[in-house]
Amino acid sequence: MLATASQRILGQSFQNIRPAVSVLRSYSSAAKQITVREALNSALDEEMSADPKVFLMGEEVGEYQGAYKITKGLLEKYGPERVLDTPITEAGFTGIGVGAAYYGLKPVVEFMTFNFSMQAIDHIINSAAKSNYMSAGQISVPIVFRGPNGAAAGVGAQHSQCYASWYASCPGLKVLSPYNSEDARGLLKAAIRDPDPVVFLENELLYGESFPVSDEVLDSSFCLPIGKAKIEREGRDVTITAFSKLVGYALKAAEILEKDGIYAEVINLRSIRPLDRSTINASVRKTNRLITVEEGFPQHGVGAEICASVVEESFAYLDAPVERIAGADVPMPYAANLERLAVPQIEDIVRAAKRACYRSVPLAATA
Amino acid sequence: MATAFSTAKFSTQPFPLNPTSTTSHDSSIVFARPTSQFLGSTRKFRLTSSSKFNLSRRSKTVVAVSDVVKQKKSKSSPSLLITKEEGLDLYEDMVLGRAFEDMCAQMYYRGKMFGFVHLYNGQEAVSTGFIKLLKQQDSVVSTYRDHVHALSKGVPARAVMSELFGKTTGCCRGQGGSMHMFSREHNLLGGFAFIGEGIPVATGAAFTSKYKREVLKEADCDHVTLAFFGDGTCNNGQFFECLNMAALWKLPIVFVVENNLWAIGMSHLRATSDPHIYKKGPAFGMPGIHVDGMDVLKVREVAKEAIGRARRGEGPTLVECETYRFRGHSLADPDELRDPAEKARYAARDPITALKKYLIENSLASEAELKTIEKKIDEVVEDAVEFADESPVPSRSQLLENVFADPKGFGIGPDGRYRCEDPKFTEGTAHV
Repeated sequence: MLATASQRILGQSFQNIRPAVSVLRSYSSAAKQITVREALNSALDEEMSADPKVFLMGEEVGEYQGAYKITKGLLEKYGPERVLDTPITEAGFTGIGVGAAYYGLKPVVEFMTFNFSMQAIDHIINSAAKSNYMSAGQISVPIVFRGPNGAAAGVGAQHSQCYASWYASCPGLKVLSPYNSEDARGLLKAAIRDPDPVVFLENELLYGESFPVSDEVLDSSFCLPIGKAKIEREGRDVTITAFSKLVGYALKAAEILEKDGIYAEVINLRSIRPLDRSTINASVRKTNRLITVEEGFPQHGVGAEICASVVEESFAYLDAPVERIAGADVPMPYAANLERLAVPQIEDIVRAAKRACYRSVPLAATA
Repeated sequence: MATAFSTAKFSTQPFPLNPTSTTSHDSSIVFARPTSQFLGSTRKFRLTSSSKFNLSRRSKTVVAVSDVVKQKKSKSSPSLLITKEEGLDLYEDMVLGRAFEDMCAQMYYRGKMFGFVHLYNGQEAVSTGFIKLLKQQDSVVSTYRDHVHALSKGVPARAVMSELFGKTTGCCRGQGGSMHMFSREHNLLGGFAFIGEGIPVATGAAFTSKYKREVLKEADCDHVTLAFFGDGTCNNGQFFECLNMAALWKLPIVFVVENNLWAIGMSHLRATSDPHIYKKGPAFGMPGIHVDGMDVLKVREVAKEAIGRARRGEGPTLVECETYRFRGHSLADPDELRDPAEKARYAARDPITALKKYLIENSLASEAELKTIEKKIDEVVEDAVEFADESPVPSRSQLLENVFADPKGFGIGPDGRYRCEDPKFTEGTAHV
């Protein structure tokens, strides 16, 4: 089960690991499957081991082993001084994290979901993001705010909002959103080592999913660059950008489209701020069509920014209007069928791609 | 003590509370509660004192300081509270604060300063009384009324004035402004515009001090943090959250309430269900003190005890200083709601005049010496204005600087390669 798997990762050196299952892709070295949860846990473990200034803070991160078990085993390993269970006081403990970061420590603050970060958003934006600028470089804030973002399953309106566009609009913050285990490990390690405030948006539904990782990813000094997107699947007909869970949907949509002869290029954004405009624009100049996919509300969303960027820089290359696929413009409903309608599905991506390629007759904006 | 409130004429109902014996009574009752409510990891975290420590004894000791101070202050007592050097030092600091703020007002009305400017006239005793007891490595976190906190902490008057003028020689190169004074060198961690925002940041700085001592094993790290905030902030949720966590984790912090009775135009009594702020300390397990904030010597005595407590690792203290601001909330505030009689009453208790009187009456300094100090401060402030006037405005390229600490930003290093691929980026060895 999960417990034994994580013990296997934490307890042994990585050179001795042999793959337990057959791999889906071929790497130069043998690949292993780890879940996103294990990836995050191992990243936190290694960073805390390497730098004694890193400490964790959040609700239920210690004795409960993490509300989603991301911080499992860390309390036993590092003690209560470095893995702090806080009272339910987001504004207070976020501010405490920021103050500790001002003074030289490296806190990793966990929000049980990013919806609760709204209680602490004053500290994320005003004390963390703006401080390096306001103090003219004297006070940097090497803090990481992490937690699940976006919709889960049936948790209702107040637990389902995606905050990528809110945080990504603020200068002074870096906003990252991983998709698979490799992203999770690399980006979290980069975030913890980064001297600036980083908002790390995970996804609850991805925690239990396994992805193959190479030995390079499992090395303790593995880091991914902040500000670079990854082209998950190359194509030539239409570019699909996505982040977090919807990268998986986009990849499945690309497989369906391939049967119809449309070869989609799927870009995993990884970094929402700074947005990798050059990769997106280079891809659009190759394929001439763009679909942006996100889970959050459509107005002022990540897709809106990508669309504006492409129109500014690659307008002459566009053969079709840029389409945004986003969550429905309503608070998340509870009923399961309505929830399915409120979040983008694979069929929506496929339909949009076909519209962009003029394969379906009505070029309507509404699905 | 609490009786100070009853003499004021406010337009609200009289207090339903008995003002005489509240403080010590409340503290002793509250500490009778068992302190082991927060079980689990916090038990192991308390490395310094056990939970069986007699907290009520400690609080009574702290409360009694104010009484001790009262005895000391009476003219018949032969021993004085301060030496001559300390007295002159305090006087100079308070005069600097006052002269600087007056000059700010002048400069604002001449158009050299702009935006929001909040002046500290009248409250100098609190800043001087507390901050002059700190070391350079101790930190101070303040609100938007932070010019004098910056000056007391040691930020040069030139740097503060240039910052207010928005020049590149300011302490934050003109990027912060009146409300956002930061100084890494003097450990002034801001300067926050939202009330209550500085309190968790101060609690975090105190947390770092404790973490450095206990986890990073810097054994002599006894840095204390002071958080300054006003009466309006004491109704804000973040204040209570931090009182809780500071007491829970026994952080070396002193929460200093500058209760000047007014939050812009909102009287403290109209906004607060129980106006006695010091009582909120014992509710969270820390001593709560009320002190006359117009008297720098009383403030200094209480500050010595509170800062000493924090340095010894005994935990946080809440100090309520009853003070008053002689000017409006900011330079844009017409200040129409405050009763002129109230203003006159507090003007008669001007902390600078009071200290002057004390120094002269106790033969610690002569009029001439104090006049010399005043002249010197006038010159310092004039020089600061000249310096700020002559300083250049920030260059255009400064607009985009300092958004991130990572200078080239975005994870790409100066050689164009990803920063994470640079061997030095992966510091330390992980033992997994």
